[in-house]
Amino acid sequence: MEFLSQVINGLGIGSIYALVALGYSMVYGIVQLINFAHGDIIMVGAYTVFVILVMMNLPLWLAVLGSILFCGVAGVLIERIAYRRLLVHEAPRISLLITAIGVSIFLQNLYQLLFGSDPKSMPKMFAFAPLQFGGVQLTSSTIINISVSVVMMAGLQLMVNKMKIGKAMRATSEDAGAAKLMGINTNTTIAFTFGIGSALAAVGAVLYCNTYPQIKPVMGGLLGLKAFVAAVLGGIGSIPGAMLGGYLLGVAESLTNAYISSNLTDAVVFGILIIVLLVKPTGLLGKNTREKV
Amino acid sequence: MKKRLLAAALAATMVAASVTGCAQSGDSKGTGDAASGDTVKIGGLAPLTGNVSVYGIATNNGIKLAVDEINKAGGVLGKKIEYVPYDEKGDAIEAVNAYNKLVQDDKVVALIGDVTSKPTIAVAQKAVKDGLPMITATGTAADITKAGENVFRACFIDPYQGELMAAYAARKLNAKTAAIIYDNGDDYSTGVANAFEAAAKSEGITITNKEAYQSGAMDFKTQLTKIKASNPDVVMIPVYYSDVALIAVQAKDIGLKAKLLGADGWDGVLEKIDKSNQDAVKGCYFCSQYSAESTDPKLQEFLKKYKETYKTDPNMFAVLGYDAMGMMAAAINKAGSTDSDKIVSALKALEYKGLTGNTTFDENRNPVREAVITTISDGKYKFVENFKK
Repeated sequence: MEFLSQVINGLGIGSIYALVALGYSMVYGIVQLINFAHGDIIMVGAYTVFVILVMMNLPLWLAVLGSILFCGVAGVLIERIAYRRLLVHEAPRISLLITAIGVSIFLQNLYQLLFGSDPKSMPKMFAFAPLQFGGVQLTSSTIINISVSVVMMAGLQLMVNKMKIGKAMRATSEDAGAAKLMGINTNTTIAFTFGIGSALAAVGAVLYCNTYPQIKPVMGGLLGLKAFVAAVLGGIGSIPGAMLGGYLLGVAESLTNAYISSNLTDAVVFGILIIVLLVKPTGLLGKNTREKV
Repeated sequence: MKKRLLAAALAATMVAASVTGCAQSGDSKGTGDAASGDTVKIGGLAPLTGNVSVYGIATNNGIKLAVDEINKAGGVLGKKIEYVPYDEKGDAIEAVNAYNKLVQDDKVVALIGDVTSKPTIAVAQKAVKDGLPMITATGTAADITKAGENVFRACFIDPYQGELMAAYAARKLNAKTAAIIYDNGDDYSTGVANAFEAAAKSEGITITNKEAYQSGAMDFKTQLTKIKASNPDVVMIPVYYSDVALIAVQAKDIGLKAKLLGADGWDGVLEKIDKSNQDAVKGCYFCSQYSAESTDPKLQEFLKKYKETYKTDPNMFAVLGYDAMGMMAAAINKAGSTDSDKIVSALKALEYKGLTGNTTFDENRNPVREAVITTISDGKYKFVENFKK
């Protein structure tokens, strides 16, 4: 019974990794960029919730909606200001990567300047009595995390596979040049992808604040790295892969904590990254595509 | 040719340096140095920004109030105290750099600091080499004063707090079983946890779980789920307030019913938990070194003055900061000089009546006095009783 409880604990935190991993995966899928600023978008989302909910004292739904919109816009702006020139001029990938790290450091320091470096406490957001199934207890935050992440993934899958913009995303991802020739505005499509990825990070931020009621400017660092590992584990570029990676990582973390040693949690997480890269670099659900030359 | 040019350049640089050096020493004569000037310089180290700034700012504020009062009453040795604080951001390396600055540039005669255990241990090792009299107001790790004869502290040590809470759990709360969750990357946390474990066993309490986590962890549900499965009477959480806030809220979330216990790192926890989550720490017990509900007029006056000056309620750190400076000033007066050795022997023999009660130092230069047990209800700290093992 305790084992099952620990697996569920892992799925709870894994859901947050999964939502963040989706953003990494989508952006990588379309422009082959590891957007290291993505973890900090969660921090931006969390602080937006804090500003609206605590500082302005407005209702929760407004805070959630405001955070999602703000992050979406921030994502588009970051793409426009920091990445687009590099993408259009087909700059080497390393330049993009360095820019991403720069954006990440910029965001962390900006928020440290705005809000100070000490942690801020968040109020209770969504809470109801835990559900009991035999000896296993599901807390409100775990139920919300898992269900929201599943709904988000399903929605995203539908969008990518059934909607016009999804088709444009897939086309841009497969061959940006050809997509352009077919009349697809690849710049808009890429900006849209950044926006959606960041909006998903905001959803992750809301879940995070609800589960761990404390935020600080550097919170996105480790969270972002772990979500990145989740994305690689599931197969970067694949939406179901990102979800699977997130859940697996959360469970691995929880079980390591519970049955091996809490000292090894991060070692296991990054050990998984190394093993995946050695054994199956494309990840569990990643497609084995050859580099286009 | 080239060599000659180089030599000329070097010589020119050296002349320039010595000229500016003269100018500097000429300037500094006006302000006077610590021993011979019209002030007695006492250095301070505290995290005024960063993760543990709540402690540092409060301690520093308390020290400043003490300096004001002492100076108003005539200062020490007929001179005013000049307090020189530096922000070390809660970091050991920054703390050592700031210490060097205090000793080399500011030429302080004594040091009040540091605030948290890790940087204090680092600084104490340096202070022992210099023989500088040093009182840490709030550094609780046992190792700090073991560094040498000139290192004192105003607060209780980690093992003392662990033993005290174990005794309290057994004798007052009738606990038969206990669990511990602690940060194994932190000296303070491991120190209290180990002492609690050992003392609890000798008090007849069974330790059901001893769960560690890594500094910076956010998720404690795994450890708490394990603790919940063994259903202990009390859970000892000897960590700092920001982590306490997270652990307590998650403990309530998973439905852990045990009473939560803590040490003085809990001071300030209510300020780090939003009102909607504060019932998570309801009915907990933690030990601290003073109570705001004490009837001591000196303490009440301090609390009032602090609130007027800083527009916020003082906490234990402010009180200890005040007392640490008071002890140092009393010792300098008693020593009758700013000589390091004389101050150190005056401190050893000191009997000081401060805000935290009557303090003397034991052979390890740790304070000897009663502790206060505090609980939280209705979103407020409440005094329970004075307790001595």
